[in-house]
Parts: sequence; structure tokens; C-alpha cells
Amino acid sequence: MTAIATPKAPGTRAAATRKPARPRRRLVLHLVVVALMVVWAVPTVGLLVSSFRPQSELSTSGWWTAFAPPYHFTMDNYRDVFQQSGIGEAFVNSLFIAVPATIIPLFVAAFAAYAFSWMQFPGRDVLFVVVVGLLVVPLQTTLIPVLKLFAEWGLTGQFLAVWLAHTGYGLPFAVYLLRNFMGSLPRAVFESAYLDGASHVTAFFRLAVPMSVPAFAALAIFQFLFVWNDLLVALIYIGLANSDNLPMPAAIANLVNSLGGGWYLLGAAAFVSMALPLAVFFGLQRYFVRGIVGGAVKG
Amino acid sequence: MEESRLLTAVEVVLGVPAVLVAYIWLTERLLSPAGERWQRRIRPWLWLLPALGFLGFFLVYPTVRTIARSLYGRNELDQKFVGLDNYRWFFTNGDALGALVNNILWLVFFTGFTVGLGLLVAVLVDRVRYEALAKSIIFLPLAISMVAAGVIWKFMYDYKPPGAAQTGTANALIGAVGLGPVGWLQSPGFRLSTFALIAVMVWMWTGFAMVIISAALKGVDPELLEAARVDGANEWQVFRRVTLPLLGPTLAVVSTTMIITSLKTFDIVYTLTNGNYDTEVIANLMIKQMFTVGDFGRASAVAVVLLLAIVPIMAFNIRKFRAQEAIR
Amino acid sequence: MNLWLRRMVPLAVLALATTACSDGGSSSDENDLKGKTVNVIGTWGGDEQAAFLKMVEPWEKETGAKVKYTGTRDINTVLTTGVASGVLPDLAGLPGPGQMAEYAKAGKLLPLDDVLDVQTYQRDTAPALVELGKTDGKIHGVFIKAAIKGLIWYNPKVHDYGTNPPKTWDDLMNQAKANQGRAKSVWCLGLESGAASGWPATDWIEDLVLRTAGPEVYIKWYEGKVKWSDPAIKKAFQMYADQVVANSYGGGKTAVATNFGNAGDPLFANPPGCEFLHQASFITGFSQFKSHTAGTDYNFMPFPDIDPQFSGAVEGAGDLFGMFHDTPAAKSLMKYLVTAPAQDIWVKAGGALSANKNAASYPDDVSKRSAQILADAKTFVFDASDSMPTAMNDAFWKAMVALTNGSKTIDQVLSDLDNAQKDAYTS
Repeated sequence: MTAIATPKAPGTRAAATRKPARPRRRLVLHLVVVALMVVWAVPTVGLLVSSFRPQSELSTSGWWTAFAPPYHFTMDNYRDVFQQSGIGEAFVNSLFIAVPATIIPLFVAAFAAYAFSWMQFPGRDVLFVVVVGLLVVPLQTTLIPVLKLFAEWGLTGQFLAVWLAHTGYGLPFAVYLLRNFMGSLPRAVFESAYLDGASHVTAFFRLAVPMSVPAFAALAIFQFLFVWNDLLVALIYIGLANSDNLPMPAAIANLVNSLGGGWYLLGAAAFVSMALPLAVFFGLQRYFVRGIVGGAVKG
Repeated sequence: MEESRLLTAVEVVLGVPAVLVAYIWLTERLLSPAGERWQRRIRPWLWLLPALGFLGFFLVYPTVRTIARSLYGRNELDQKFVGLDNYRWFFTNGDALGALVNNILWLVFFTGFTVGLGLLVAVLVDRVRYEALAKSIIFLPLAISMVAAGVIWKFMYDYKPPGAAQTGTANALIGAVGLGPVGWLQSPGFRLSTFALIAVMVWMWTGFAMVIISAALKGVDPELLEAARVDGANEWQVFRRVTLPLLGPTLAVVSTTMIITSLKTFDIVYTLTNGNYDTEVIANLMIKQMFTVGDFGRASAVAVVLLLAIVPIMAFNIRKFRAQEAIR
Repeated sequence: MNLWLRRMVPLAVLALATTACSDGGSSSDENDLKGKTVNVIGTWGGDEQAAFLKMVEPWEKETGAKVKYTGTRDINTVLTTGVASGVLPDLAGLPGPGQMAEYAKAGKLLPLDDVLDVQTYQRDTAPALVELGKTDGKIHGVFIKAAIKGLIWYNPKVHDYGTNPPKTWDDLMNQAKANQGRAKSVWCLGLESGAASGWPATDWIEDLVLRTAGPEVYIKWYEGKVKWSDPAIKKAFQMYADQVVANSYGGGKTAVATNFGNAGDPLFANPPGCEFLHQASFITGFSQFKSHTAGTDYNFMPFPDIDPQFSGAVEGAGDLFGMFHDTPAAKSLMKYLVTAPAQDIWVKAGGALSANKNAASYPDDVSKRSAQILADAKTFVFDASDSMPTAMNDAFWKAMVALTNGSKTIDQVLSDLDNAQKDAYTS
């Protein structure tokens, strides 16, 4: 395990002295993990294989038959996806939308989560629960009132509209998750910092944020994915006024015609659009290892 | 054009955090002349202000309107006060009652499986060398858009008549052992189709639960576990007595989020069955009333029912926080 | 493609010039449109989107204005939100006649009587379609594209029904059953269509009602003036259950699980799974139809008569299009879209029929023949389910799924539909 190999990780000593697990139990462990991996991968693999098959065969034979002769594979679906008009612009738009719409709520939520965790004020718990409760508000019920105000302010069709909207929609979960994480950090660390004269600003930037890195990483991934795959918010706040600014999901949805013809292109499109979020996930993996929190506590 | 857009994006990516940090810094400066007591009273609100502003605008204000709207008629042309008529419609409508039953199934099984499997995966992969790979595979479905997930599961659940070559993975698998074929998405009996839909969402959301639980797991101090082992506890006891209690708050967060997700479940039902075969759910009813039928009164009433449904869960959360405060 | 465009552009320009001249005095508007944009939202995606963009290209070249098109399958969501909040595209595809009337009554959808060249439009377009585009006596919607419903598709390589086309329903069923020897069943049937599952079976009921009870009952029925449990309507459900579902490939359970686009696949299998597929003219863009050749590998015949007194009635459907902002550019584009040259580009792309009789550049014999049926129809009626209030339409879809699946009986679904009817037509 990489984390344990890192010399600074506090788990090193413990791992070294751990009794080696019995081989049979290790085998069961591997079997269970591998079985789960296979079950989870099969649907996606099926789609991946299908995305390389000609459409005329998709409805008449299963994807696994592609591995038996005659090997009918084709790049046509991918070619059609890339030839879809405006897919390049849509990709750029998606980036323009997703990056700020991920970063803004993270910051806004962090301050709020800190206040909920380490400041005392009347009505704190109730207010916090109301914030979390807003998770249940169906996005669809907010579209009309918000769009009306956006229109008055001239925001429709602009990226700013979706940046703000995704911040609003993402906040309840962001505050919830960060509050849970920051709130479970050891009280002693904060109290000794306050005793040493540290202000809340110092405690926030020096203690709370560095110690919550895994939570921030998890949150960044979720928010990024949510925004990256969002069609509805973009369609309403941007699409109604300015189709030039629409993101990838809108371009992908347009591969299919009004009667559902062309659905077989969606598989190829899914892999094209999934590439970036997966890269983000891999990139953030290194923040999910043991030791970050403990290290910060001791350092 | 392109350059100016890039410039705006860079400005936003760097500017917004800078503005927020400057905001906090500035409020501290402004607060400093005030007395300690006043600082304590005002500071939390200043830190909360940006978040509350966003929430107020995007969620609270529309929700207040929704609640008011639920007491009025169909649409702008017919906006008369109807009292609780819309609620009466909801609770006497056959579809709505079926949807309530299904939402309970969703709540129990979707939440149970995502949290259970998420915990299982997080704990197990923590002990294998290919952790990153395993986690990526479980996580992958979350990165797939709902549209693509619909296509994937049409392939999985595809049904051809008995005797014909099965093209759906699920029917081909059970066909290999001489069973089926089963119309997974078309079987109201035992609410099989609802379970088939729950399976799709479990597949998508287990990765979500896993990532959060795993992040918390990595925060558990290994020395605590080692201390328990030294005291002679076996692995199961270490998990049960040490790890699980430490994960408690995180599991509460994940469960609450999953419960709310199950209550709001809509897209997968809409794409795969649209409520046919006894798979109707509350959120789909709401969206149908709002956008297909155009009855904002009824749609708002359904949304309010959803809001009320989470009150007990939120009450549980309050208790949980107070308990957490006490032990911290 | 380019060559063809070069031929088409002058034609379109000519058309524009003549219409501009007939208006008199408005020719200076042409220059004003330069640099203007028209926002359009519609349901067309994929090949349809490409065809639409190609269709507006000559107009863009001529006027110097630009079309910004957004395609979405969530047109209901987008337009409902747009109408309620006042943020609307200039032109839009409308979900159906019901919504058109609603938007028009809300004052958002604008009348087109002063926008179109009404005389030419009425001369070129099937009267039923012109009528359907009217709300309160004014044209609010035009049909950009049309389809003929209820065609019966067969594989001429198995049995060529073109040589001795069945004249009546009984004749059709008898011939099919006599020929069935090699096929597994008479009908291919597929109802699955995602969130709209069930609609292919509503087309069945509509065709049967139209030919057993006649156009008058048909219209009263979708207007909500005839109950579902009325014997005239019930008869159609009975025929559908006894003669269609009972003789369908794999039975009702297979039908509900089969996507309508793939439903015709067994026609091309060896041995074939069925003799016929009942589907609209647009099926040629799907699955095996797409990879086979029209005329040689597949062909169609019109739905035969059942009751001879209602002979010659045809059911069709189409995509309505309307205007929310009357900017000069939007008006100019609207006017252009219904003209024969514009419509010609659209039909040439295949898979669609034009509501305009003078658009004739159909790419193959099959679409030419279906366009002919549209033009020659003695009585033309619009898709009943599309004409019903959306709540009724939705209930109709669901009822057909439940009936075909065998989870409900005819009487059960009819009483469900009667209940839905009471609620759906009140507002």
C-alpha cells in the first residue's frame, strides 16, 4: 500500500508490527473484491464494446458476440460523434462552465462549514439542518422563479448564470459534507490553537482546510461530475437565450433525433464525455490516502 | 471572442476565491474594533453570509413560492385559490399511492445497498494492493451521464422472446443456466421492475458512498486500531468496536444523502419505464404534472409532500449533531 | 451535396425575392437583417438537426442573418419554463396542438396571419393541417414536417403484397394468415419508446377507430366528447387485443419490451418473425430499415378499409412550429420555412414528409408514395393522441402498455381512461 510505504505516514509502525493475515482469509478478501469489480464493470464494458459495433448488429446480437468471428468492429460511431456540429465548442463550453462551478461552491461552503463547526451562535443546529434539508428541493421547482430574475438582470444565456446556479444547487451537500468532516476534527487541536492566540481566520486556513483535504477532494469530484453531466440547468439558463454557450450534454443529446433514432451513438458519446471526469478522479486519488489528516494533526 | 471568454474564466477561477478570502479578511478587520462579545455574535453570520445568500436565492425563495403555489390552481390562466385541493388530488390518486409504496422501497433498498456496499468496498479495498483500480471501477458509473446510463441498462435488461437470441446481458446470463428470459423492466409482479430500477441506481451511487466513507476511513488513526489489536481484539471486533463508531457521523451523512436521493429519484424511472409497470415514483409524478400536464398547483403540492417527508430524517440529524458535539 | 446546394440557393433566393416583391415596400428589410440572429429551439436532433440547418442555410446566405438552433428532447420542460418566466426563443418547435393553444392563450405565442403569405400557405398545405395550427381562428402554428401514420410495412422478398394489395381488413388478415406458414406471426409489434412508451399502440387504436367508427367519432373522441367505454371506441380496443396482440411476434410481453424502432427487425430475419409492421412513414430511418433498400427489401401498403363508408380516411402527424418574438428576422425566417423551396431541402434529406404539396424532392419511391397519400387523402385527420390534452395522452400511452402487457383487461383500461378523461378536459 503506497500510503504505508510513505515514511511520514503515522501508520508505518503499526503496519509493520501487524500479524500477517491468514492466507485463506486473504483469498476470500480478494475474491469478494474482484467479484464486485467484475459486477460493476460488466455494464460499462458492454457499452464500450457496443460503441465499437455497427448499429445494424446492436439490436440483433449481444455485445459479447463481437468477440467471436466475424469480428465486426467499427469506428463509425466515434466518427459520427466527433462530426456532430459544435461538439468541439461544446467541450470548451463544458470546461468553462464546470471549473468555476466547482471551485466557487467549495470556497463558499468551506466558510459556512467552519462557522457551523467551530463557532457558537443561537439557532446553529436548526439553521444547519435547514441547510441540509434544502437537499430535497427538486431542482425543477426552482427553474421558473430563478429564470425570471435572471432575465431581469440580463444574465440568461451567460456562463455566469450557470456558475451561480450550480453554486446554489451544490451548496447544501457541500456544507453538509464539509461540516461533518471539519466537525469531527479533534477539538483539542483547535482549542490549543485558540489558546495560542490564533484567530478563526488562522485556524481556518492553517488547520481546518489542510486537515479536510480528502473531503474537499471528494466534494470537488462530485460537484465537477454533477456540473459536467448536467443538461437541465444549462438548457434552461443558457439554452433558451444563447445556444452558442451550451455544454457537452446538450450536444450529445442532439445526436438523437426527436423519435430516438441515433441512440446507438450515445455509447460512443458517453466515453468521449467521461474521459475528463475520470482523469479528474484519477488526479485526485492521491488525496484519498491515509495520513493526510493524521499528518496535519501532528505537523 | 474566444480569448475574452478564456480571460473571464481565468478571472472567475482566480478571482472568486480571492474575493471570498478578501471578504473574510475584511470582515475580520472591520470586526476588530468591536468588543469580543460582539465579535462572537456577529462573526458566524458574516462567515455564513455568502452561503446563505446563494441558498436563499436559489433554493429558499423558490421553495417559499412553491409552498404558496401549491394552494392555487393549474396555471397562470387559471390561478385561483383552491386551498388544499391539490393535496387532496395527490392523496386520492391511484398513481400517487403506488408511487408512495415504490418510494418506500427505494428508500429502504437503495439506501441500504448503496451505504452497505459502499462501506463494504471502502473497508475491503483498504486492504488490497489494487485499491486505486478497484475504487475507480466502482466509481466509474457515477461519471456516466443519465442518458448514457439509460442506454447501458437497456442493453443490460433487453428482452427478446423465448427461443430468440437474447441480446440483453442479464437475460443471456440467466439463459446460460436455462432460465428466463425475463422482461426485467416490464414486470409489475413483486415490483420486479422497481427493483431492476433500484439496481441501476445502486450501480451508479455506490461509488459515491464509497468515496466518502473511504475518505473518512483514511482519517481513522491507525494507532487506535493497533491498540485494539494489542488488546487481543480480532479484525471483526476491531471493525465493529473501533472503526464503525468512528465512521458513524460519516455514515449518517451518506445515509441522509442517499435517503434524499431516493426520495428525489426521477431520471432513471423517467428514461427507462416512465412509471409504467408499477414503477411510478413521487418525483416523476411531480415533473409530469409540472412539465407535461402544465399543472403547477399539483406539481407544487407534490414538491411540498417531498419536503415534508424529510422532516423526520432532519430531526434525526439534529440529534446526531448534538450527540457528536457532546463527545467531540 | 455542394452541387445540389448551388442549384437550390438561387431557387430559394428567387422565392424570397418574389415574396418580398409581392409585399411591396418591405424589400429594404432584407438589408436590415444582416448580422441579426434568430434563436430557434426544437426537438430535432441528429439527422433532423442537420436537415434543418441545411434548410435555413439559403435563408442565412440571402439575408445575412444567422440561425442559432438548440435541439432538445425536453421541449416540454424548456418551453413550459420559458413561457412561465418570459424567456423564450424567437421560434420554436411546439410539443403539440394542446400546448400550442395554451401558449397562445397566455399571449406568448404570436399569431402568424400577418407573417406568412397566407394565401400561398393555405393553397400549398393540407387543409386539416392548416386548421390544426389555428387557435381562436388565427394561425399560431405551422407544420414544418409531417408523417403519415398507419402504413403497413412488409418484406416483398418474402411475400409481395404489392401485386395484389388487400382491399379490406379481413382480406389483409386472411392473406397474412394464409402466408404465415413461413413467418412466426402476422404482426410485428413494439411499444417501447422510453418515456413515451405505448404510443405505437395508440396509433393502432386510432387507425382502427378511424376506420370502424369514422372521422366524426374520431374527432369527438379526441375532443373528449365521446367516452372511452363507448362501444365505438371499445370495438377498436377489442380488435387490437384479439387480432393484433394475439397474432403478434412473441406476444404482448415481447411487444412492450421491444423498442418501436427495432420492432420491424423480424421482418428481415430468416425465417421472418412476422408478415407486417404497422408504423408511420418515418420508420424508414430506423434499425434494419435504415440498412436495407426501400422498394426492394421493404415496402408498404396503406391501411386497408374496415367499414367501406369511411374509405379514404388517412391519419397523419407532424411537428408544429411557432413564433414567440416577432422580430423582423424571426418573421422573415418563419415565412421562408413554409415555402416550397425550403421544404424541398427538408424532404430531400429523407425520413420526413412535407406539409407543403409543392415540395416534391423525395429521395425515394417509398417516401414519394407516402407523400402522395398525404396529398390525395379524402379525409385527413391528425394523430388523436397528440391532439388530446397531455394528461389524457399520457394516460392513453400507459393504458396501451398495461393492456398489451396483459396486466389489465380492456374494461379496466377503459374505465381508467374514462376517469382520466374527466380530469384532463376540465381545465
